[in-house]
Amino acid sequence: MNNIRKNRWKDQVFKIWGIFCTLIGLVLLVVFIGDILIDGLTRINWDFITNLPSRKPENSGIYTALMGSIWILLLTTIIAFPIGVAAGIYLEEYSKKNRLSGLLEINISNLAGVPSIIYGLLGLEVFVRIMNLGASVLAGSLTLSLLILPIVIVATREAIKAVPSSIKDASYALGASKWQTIWHQILPASGGGILTGVILALSRAVGETAPLIVVGALAYVPFVPQSPLDEFSVLPIQIFNWISRPQAGFIENAAAAIIVLLAITFVMNGIAVYFRNKWQKKWK
Amino acid sequence: MKKIITIIALAFIVGACGNKKDQSEKAENDSGNLEGTIKVDGSSTVFPITEAVAEEFRSVQPNVKVTIGVSGTGGGFQKFSRGETNISDASRPIKDKEIEACAANNITYIELEVAYDGLAVLVNPENDWVDNFTVEELKKIWEPAAQGTIMKWNQIRPEWPNEEIHLYGPGIASGTYDYFTEAVVGKSGSSRGDYTASEDDHVLVQGIAGDKFSLGFFGLAYYTENQDKLKLIGVNNGTEVVKPTLETVSTGTYAPLSRPLFIYVNSTSVKSPEVVAFVHYYLENAGELSTDVGYIPLPTELYTKQKEDFQAFVESNK
Repeated sequence: MNNIRKNRWKDQVFKIWGIFCTLIGLVLLVVFIGDILIDGLTRINWDFITNLPSRKPENSGIYTALMGSIWILLLTTIIAFPIGVAAGIYLEEYSKKNRLSGLLEINISNLAGVPSIIYGLLGLEVFVRIMNLGASVLAGSLTLSLLILPIVIVATREAIKAVPSSIKDASYALGASKWQTIWHQILPASGGGILTGVILALSRAVGETAPLIVVGALAYVPFVPQSPLDEFSVLPIQIFNWISRPQAGFIENAAAAIIVLLAITFVMNGIAVYFRNKWQKKWK
Repeated sequence: MKKIITIIALAFIVGACGNKKDQSEKAENDSGNLEGTIKVDGSSTVFPITEAVAEEFRSVQPNVKVTIGVSGTGGGFQKFSRGETNISDASRPIKDKEIEACAANNITYIELEVAYDGLAVLVNPENDWVDNFTVEELKKIWEPAAQGTIMKWNQIRPEWPNEEIHLYGPGIASGTYDYFTEAVVGKSGSSRGDYTASEDDHVLVQGIAGDKFSLGFFGLAYYTENQDKLKLIGVNNGTEVVKPTLETVSTGTYAPLSRPLFIYVNSTSVKSPEVVAFVHYYLENAGELSTDVGYIPLPTELYTKQKEDFQAFVESNK
């Protein structure tokens, strides 16, 4: 009897501890976002979005940095999406379980944990110097693609694994080839999961600073990139640059730019959730 | 038909005249017609000045695209020595190794001073015992040997309180740290390790403002923006106690803690008229613009002299 009560008591204690732990992250996030909103919300207006950077905080805007971020986002999607998904499909459906595939798997997991600045150094040497792309949007996008490829591959594999084997078996039973099964059954069934993974990986890419600084992304560019070979700046670099300025006005600007960046990632995560729900309904 | 031909011919003549006029104007005063890209990279300390100049230059020469990176003084020189940039921002003079790298790639250049930056030594406003430091005292506090031994205020001057001294300073990767250690300890990059270091100077401001027994240093601009939270300490240069101000930094009496900021211009680049125009514009306006962003202008005659030096450099590289 006493033992049961003791166990219930332990259960309660753990429950409260669990609630506390869950709240830590949430409360910190709310405090952080609240602080940023108070600092920066009044600064956001159309001029702030469309102005070029300036030495006077009140005249500064994020136009070129925002456009640079959008360029980077689009190019990174175009590069990383097909490569990552194809690699995921290969590893999950085609590769045989042998030593080589084991080695590949370990390496991909390891790559996901490599600090992002290392990718920047790789990008500087391979894309900027050897391939002679210069400090261009393309070089930056290729670098960020490498950075998020492991995440995309792992997400694709998990999504494919989650497809019930009954669907695959049924497809084969009807005489479909492997490719037909993948294209007509597995990919539609796992599409939501794959897209979710890709979008979450991209929202990580859009917040990266270190690798792009190493690659040579600029802090001041008075023009929007016209082609993938043009130079660029991105929002996180603009924020970093403003945060380190002594004048209080720039701190406000940084807060406002952070709100814009947060809005972009929230929208992307929202899209990810939307796709996931849509696909889930379809396949229930 | 004849009429049409006449009109077309007339149009051509008028058009041709227009072109001629444009060209002659261009040759005459060079204003607003230059095109091209100027690549600048280097120190993040110099960045605000170059950004301000680039911003104003845009209204004079709207078709010249100036891009500025912040790879740091060292990173900037690395690109400069490979010929990847036209101008390099630097918060210290070029080092021997970097000079060799430039020579290896046949890159010659001119060094131009554009402004001064003062390093401020600060304590908490509640600190009522410190009025000034000598350079020796600063050395005693910050040198590597002080680590673990110089821990209390009364070890520096016996009349100061028997309380722990809490040190704040920029991280070892910053040019400010390099300069302070060079000027105070005597060797760049050599100091005690047990101090609160931050790459973000706002953190240092907060740290000193909230700690009665604190002592720290950083760029003068951060003090100017936070005067109510900090107490500025004068430095005894051997003859008198000097606080960093516009005059004392500009005239060099605030020694040894004021430093010049530089730009380096590649000699091949000055063959392009837009680079020449930009550098002239830079030297013309650096005084006013550096004040805007929190630095201290050079004396006017130094700007004039450098403009002449630069003109001579341009002529010799034509």
